[in-house]
Amino acid sequence: MERTPDFTLSCPIPITDYPNVLLAHGGGGKLMHQLIEKMFVPVFQNPTLDQRHDGAVIDLGGVRLAFTTDSFVVHPLFFPGGDIGTLAVNGTVNDLAMCGARPLFLSAGFILEEGLPMETLWRIVQSMRRAADQARVQLVTGDTKVVDNGSGDGIFINTAGIGIVEHNTSIAPRHVRPGDVVLLTGDIGRHGIAIMAVREGLAFESTIESDSASLAGLVMGLLEAGIEIHCLRDLTRGGLASALVEIAEAARVRINIDENAIPLREDVQGACEILGLDPLYVANEGRFVAFVAPWDAERTLAIMRSSPLGAEASIVGGVTADFSGVVVLKSKIGASRIVDMLSGEQLPRIC
Amino acid sequence: MRFIDEYRDAKAVERFARAIARVTKKPWTLMEVCGGQTHAIVKFGVDELLPKEVTLVHGPGCPVCVTPVELIDKAIEIASRPDVIFCSFGDMLRVPGTGRDLLAVKAKGGDIRVVYSPLDALKIAHENPTKQVVFFAVGFETTAPANAMAVYQAYQRGIQNFSLLVSHVLVPPAMEAILSSPGNRVQGFLAAGHVCTVMGYTEYEPIARKYRVPIVVTGFEPLDILQGVYLCIKQLEEGRAEVENQYTRSVRREGNRAAQRLIREVFRVVPRKWRGVGEIPRSGLGLKEEYAGFDAERRFGVAGYTALEASECISGLILQGVKKPHECPAFGTRCTPEHPLGATMVSSEGACAAYYRYRKRSAVSN
Repeated sequence: MERTPDFTLSCPIPITDYPNVLLAHGGGGKLMHQLIEKMFVPVFQNPTLDQRHDGAVIDLGGVRLAFTTDSFVVHPLFFPGGDIGTLAVNGTVNDLAMCGARPLFLSAGFILEEGLPMETLWRIVQSMRRAADQARVQLVTGDTKVVDNGSGDGIFINTAGIGIVEHNTSIAPRHVRPGDVVLLTGDIGRHGIAIMAVREGLAFESTIESDSASLAGLVMGLLEAGIEIHCLRDLTRGGLASALVEIAEAARVRINIDENAIPLREDVQGACEILGLDPLYVANEGRFVAFVAPWDAERTLAIMRSSPLGAEASIVGGVTADFSGVVVLKSKIGASRIVDMLSGEQLPRIC
Repeated sequence: MRFIDEYRDAKAVERFARAIARVTKKPWTLMEVCGGQTHAIVKFGVDELLPKEVTLVHGPGCPVCVTPVELIDKAIEIASRPDVIFCSFGDMLRVPGTGRDLLAVKAKGGDIRVVYSPLDALKIAHENPTKQVVFFAVGFETTAPANAMAVYQAYQRGIQNFSLLVSHVLVPPAMEAILSSPGNRVQGFLAAGHVCTVMGYTEYEPIARKYRVPIVVTGFEPLDILQGVYLCIKQLEEGRAEVENQYTRSVRREGNRAAQRLIREVFRVVPRKWRGVGEIPRSGLGLKEEYAGFDAERRFGVAGYTALEASECISGLILQGVKKPHECPAFGTRCTPEHPLGATMVSSEGACAAYYRYRKRSAVSN
């Protein structure tokens, strides 16, 4: 009989510190990256996985397919600006778009908790349908499981997606190079604050709506215009800061950004100030950063701004060569500091 | 955004930096008392704008950092009980006790909830009469009134299943402890604006006189801090040692009297152990005898706990302004936010965590 290798010998995770999975292991920060780098990547290692991108790009007899998957466990299920259904479609569509692919087909796996009102499920399925129509994708296969009451949070959804790469450009973190210009399509932190406001019963003067949206149309517009795109990354858990740190580390470059150039809505800023959160780390679901060749920066900005999804797009920084893999932010008062990845999710401060 | 942008205005900041450079003739060491100020200084790079004669050292005003290990152990013990809903502000959950932190208890099934106000915890108690609801009452004078209000309301409304695990600390005794220690370097203080919003600043006047040290009540935005530094250095250069109020938009000399009455109603002054520093007499708040029924330490029989701190950690010296984070040999190597040796690396307001997060690599230049 084949023996299973001793986990403690083969696993470099400091399991004495983390004998159990913590919420922070899914928070988009350092602990999640450690889990991926030290457990999943070594076990499943292959050249496609090594691309370390939002999705895998696979060459099948000359046709380049992008393939990705994402799971959705949001609470509350419905929030201003969207619901778990819109997130489940847009999240996977956006991951495909960040590979420079045209999204085509999705699968959906539903894990339902016994007792979930049928009307709730109907509303979610309807909004998935609308989101799929808007993103021009078809949901072509699926699966349903039901777990005991108490074993789920109403509904969990997994989606996987396939898209086609119709150009010869390779869009991935390793293609970022010194001189690249960094553009951001809009204001940061809105999805995270919208969810937190509902979850924690925080009332602000105006309702803060999630920015959940399909980004595929805007990305296709950039590709069709022939923009020399080196990397795209949508801002999800961990926010703008984590996305940039990941790219800087993968490309071994230094990314310089200017705090004054980062769009931030006043209501989101106010909520962050009250809660002691840094908006750089708060989630979005409808924003991305693009690393483009310097000669295409202004044209990229114009194309982004011509779309409602990029009306507030801005050039937020650039890339320089020093192999340090750091992100440096010029603060509002003109001083510089490092932007690091957090361990897990931000926790509200005491005072 | 109003009340934010004008205090982060690059031109105004530059004007004040120049004014500080003009007024500074001799080398001075100032301490900002509050962890919120430390965080802002490092985050915005305020110290980079100061002349080389001015050294800022970081004070003890981070409630997460100074909460002693045994209190975290007590919290972990209580939160592990199946009949307990344990409520806390978010940043206490990551602080390591002797063995583990509250997040690990949560991962093992403990019912631990992040709340934004102790009154939310009281509401949870009201809604869950079969459970014991415990709130982790940590903080300086700033959080004391709301915590006092929760106990007061629980008493008035007869909510029996609510209690507080109290670790309140007071600023003035800690400042006196720093000033009277033999290794003291601090020549002037930026006092904590939010603490003074509650308490006023009359209690700092005898300290300024006794130790001949200027104390400037200071806010938390970059411009506030630069103004505080300016006023403090001006006093030092002119040989004055007074209490001044930079944070006038929030602080009055007498403070918030209603909040103070509430604190006096529920709490009494007690000796308190500070993590990394040791016990300081009359430096904390505990529940008064009339409210002792709401004391979680008594209710759950954990009052006698003791614990030892990691010997390698120099957080005590850092909290007293004797050393800076990067002067610690473990900083950034054996001690990181993921594997902290001491509390100053854990809290987002801790000086070590702020240095690690914003400065860990030295090659940051424009």
